[in-house]
Amino acid sequence: MSATTAATWVRPKRDPSWVVRLFDWKPFLVFACLLPAVGLLTVFLTYPLGLGIWLAFTDTTIGRPGKYIGWENFEYLLEDRNWWNAVFYSVFYTGVATIGKFALGLWLALLLNNHLPFKSLLRAIILLPWIVPTVLSAIAFWWIYDPQFSILSYLAIKAGVTTENFDFINTPWSARFSLIAANIWRGIPFVAISLLAGLQTISPSLYEAALLDGSTSWQRFRYITFPMLLPILAIVMTFSIIFTFTDFQLVYAITRGGPVNSTHLLATLAFQRGIAGGELGEGAAIAVSMIPFLVFATLFSYFALARRKWQQGEGND
Amino acid sequence: MTEATQSNSATAQPEAMSWDSKSRRMVMLYVPLACFVLILLFPFYWMTITAFKPNAELYDYNTYNPFLIGSPTLDHIRHLLFGTAYPRWLLTTMMVAVASTFISLLASTLAAYAIQRLRFKGSQYVGLGIYLAYLVPPSILFIPLATIVYQLGLFDTPFALILTFPTFLIPFCTWLLIGYFKSIPYELEECALIDGATRLQILRRITLPLAVPGLISAGIFSFTLSWNEFIYSLAFIQSSEKKTVPVAILTELVTGDVYQWGALMAGSLLGSLPVAIFYSFFVDYYVSSLTGAVKE
Repeated sequence: MSATTAATWVRPKRDPSWVVRLFDWKPFLVFACLLPAVGLLTVFLTYPLGLGIWLAFTDTTIGRPGKYIGWENFEYLLEDRNWWNAVFYSVFYTGVATIGKFALGLWLALLLNNHLPFKSLLRAIILLPWIVPTVLSAIAFWWIYDPQFSILSYLAIKAGVTTENFDFINTPWSARFSLIAANIWRGIPFVAISLLAGLQTISPSLYEAALLDGSTSWQRFRYITFPMLLPILAIVMTFSIIFTFTDFQLVYAITRGGPVNSTHLLATLAFQRGIAGGELGEGAAIAVSMIPFLVFATLFSYFALARRKWQQGEGND
Repeated sequence: MTEATQSNSATAQPEAMSWDSKSRRMVMLYVPLACFVLILLFPFYWMTITAFKPNAELYDYNTYNPFLIGSPTLDHIRHLLFGTAYPRWLLTTMMVAVASTFISLLASTLAAYAIQRLRFKGSQYVGLGIYLAYLVPPSILFIPLATIVYQLGLFDTPFALILTFPTFLIPFCTWLLIGYFKSIPYELEECALIDGATRLQILRRITLPLAVPGLISAGIFSFTLSWNEFIYSLAFIQSSEKKTVPVAILTELVTGDVYQWGALMAGSLLGSLPVAIFYSFFVDYYVSSLTGAVKE
């Protein structure tokens, strides 16, 4: 710095007011910065979580504060066929949809990782199902699954595959698979785009080395792509499992749990009993019964993160 | 293809190495890709077609080709705009989405700055806590939240949504912004500190302007998430005119046993369009936030 600038440089005038000094005092500043986020999350997330667990042990209904009744709600659920159905379908729905989403999503990501014209446009189009409100695309699926005017039935009849309209949502098993198909349709973009980001971080030199060693394309996928993708795959899968397991919108929009309660997920059953039926305590118990599954998924995520650290040596926090 | 060009393209695109002929590339790449795009877009095509078809064509596949429109009509759109409270729903949704996005951005910018830059004791635990908050899905919170909202006297008001949406927006935005702040060189702030700037001046004059792409990404993501939110809006809002678009279309337009598919599809189309248009302007920010948060 030259002498002239040093001479003309004037120390910025410090506002002497105590407010400014208070905001420059680090402990207070930390407190003030964290207050809005932590405050909102405490009041509307942590507290409700605790309250939900408490409600599950009471017989609260809408308009009447309940009293503690111990494990009664859970004992009742254990004997409730609809709850067992919902547990079964939640697990089944999550399992099949996750496998479908990841198989197809990984395939799409591998396709997109090629040199393609209009790549960014393609990426934008592919993400559309993920952007559009789920309920609204679910209504579109509802219309596609219409028993009388389904376009899929029309196509199948024209193609000579079948002579009658398909029955998509009026018998239990076909309804279950129709919902899973809609969920897979919605989930593919997220999986594909996230995995594509992971694929793009893999160094091309690894493939070159493998190619020189005479590897087949399957070997390159098995021993380079897949292991390098595993950390991001594990994280995306954790999120996907959590949000598929607790899905609500798709089922509520298309079947509302019918026919004869065969497609209830735990979330829709909780809504039906808790909000629509007014039995807040029982609804909360159903919601709480999802927690063990979520804890399992979160632990999965934690160990995946730990593995990632071990793989890359150090340097992420 | 010669060896030289092959290895040339290989350095640019690792996947291109094994392709040896154009037809193989066609079958293995373009055909499946076209199928994916077709299937992913078909429901939107079907939605649009249905929204503009007159009822006569809608329920008669034998005389009319269902994939085309014979005589397009705006009847369904007109019914939606003037026969229902759709404009009100749209306005409510927009307002709720903007307000909750604003609150979340403000809160998470400050929180991310505190966690990443002020480096206090235990900052990583606060960060972990916020990350864990992201793993708590709305499906297990809506029942207790409904009682809280009721006790606070917010039931059936937009504030019930504006205050509860940040619970799933803040964790996401905070994590995204922590990543962004990390990429801004700390030396810039040290310089400003030496020059006598206060911490808040640094945040406002140096960190925030540099983090604008991150703020935009977080904003887009929050906006689309709050536009799409369903379960809270369904549980906390009762009166018809205060509903948000996704809930209103499902609960108000589905009347009786005979569904008005034309109107329903028009509603779905109009409800999806604003967010799709908004998204199309910021695709790259959106993709970077989606992938950035996953990588974080």
